[in-house]
Amino acid sequence: MKLKDLESCLQQVDVFEDPKVLLEQYPTSPHIAACMLYTIHNTFDDIKDKVVADLGCGCGVLSIGAAVLDAGLCVGFDIDDDALEIFQRNKEEFELTNIDVVQCDVCSLRESAFAKKFDTVIMNPPFGTKRNQGIDMEFLKTALSMATTAVYSLHKTSTREHIQKKANDWKVKMEVIAELRYDLPASYKFHKKKSVDIQVDFIRFSPT
Amino acid sequence: MKLLTHNILTSHVKGVTKGYPLLIKATEVRVNEVEFNPQFVSRMIPKLEWSALVQAAEGLLQLGHLQDLPSSLIQDYENNEEFLRKVHRVLLEVEVIEGCLQCPESGREFPISRGVPNMLLNEDDS
Repeated sequence: MKLKDLESCLQQVDVFEDPKVLLEQYPTSPHIAACMLYTIHNTFDDIKDKVVADLGCGCGVLSIGAAVLDAGLCVGFDIDDDALEIFQRNKEEFELTNIDVVQCDVCSLRESAFAKKFDTVIMNPPFGTKRNQGIDMEFLKTALSMATTAVYSLHKTSTREHIQKKANDWKVKMEVIAELRYDLPASYKFHKKKSVDIQVDFIRFSPT
Repeated sequence: MKLLTHNILTSHVKGVTKGYPLLIKATEVRVNEVEFNPQFVSRMIPKLEWSALVQAAEGLLQLGHLQDLPSSLIQDYENNEEFLRKVHRVLLEVEVIEGCLQCPESGREFPISRGVPNMLLNEDDS
């Protein structure tokens, strides 16, 4: 599948109707999701026939994309009822059969809970701003415990040094695959501008 | 919820050490056709908790979704298409739509509604 076809396919995915500030429910744009998935699939072959987890899946754009690219099974995990309802609707509309979803709090999972049960973890975690400081690293730690091959994630470029330090501590290899401009549309009232661009790293983590 | 997902899920109620496998109490089960991929199924088999899968399949037997999986894994399964098709069906085609999952240690039940298991814990059991 070509990148632009994947992107236009993902434009059909429904997103949050009423995003929640506390859960940092910024949707992953079809463009960013397609770029991530296309690279994961074409450069690293970490989707087709793999068992993939999507942490903090929200409405499921990454899960849907992974399923479209023939994941063996993609399992989305999210805490929020409303997001999961839209996720289920998307799954039905795309008529995908290689996708499942579990409601849980990613941060409450014991490290052993899904130890190495997945090949690949993909995620766009909460960036850990506002009242959720550190939550991005909690997601990452959980993701690393779940994946045998690799974790793909988005993190604010401004936190790269901190993440590199953590990656060294945890003895995982960290590779910045791309720097992206994450166009945050003004989803919430406290956003004064129409949209804000933030610099985001698309990172691949793998066990050493 | 597919049984492959069930095979992965554990309960993490406070004080529970293993919380696995979760007992399936299904009230509605559906079978959806999924394209058969023998390579994927073969690759998954050694990674599965086989006894948990057999137990899950047997639990759904009363609901008419009989799957006679052998209690221990057979030899040379990679070349046994009939066997791989059976495992494929159990892993990916059978879906629990309504019911609950029960933690084998604490007895705590996690509801499954519209195919989504809800593993969230309350303040007092997390």
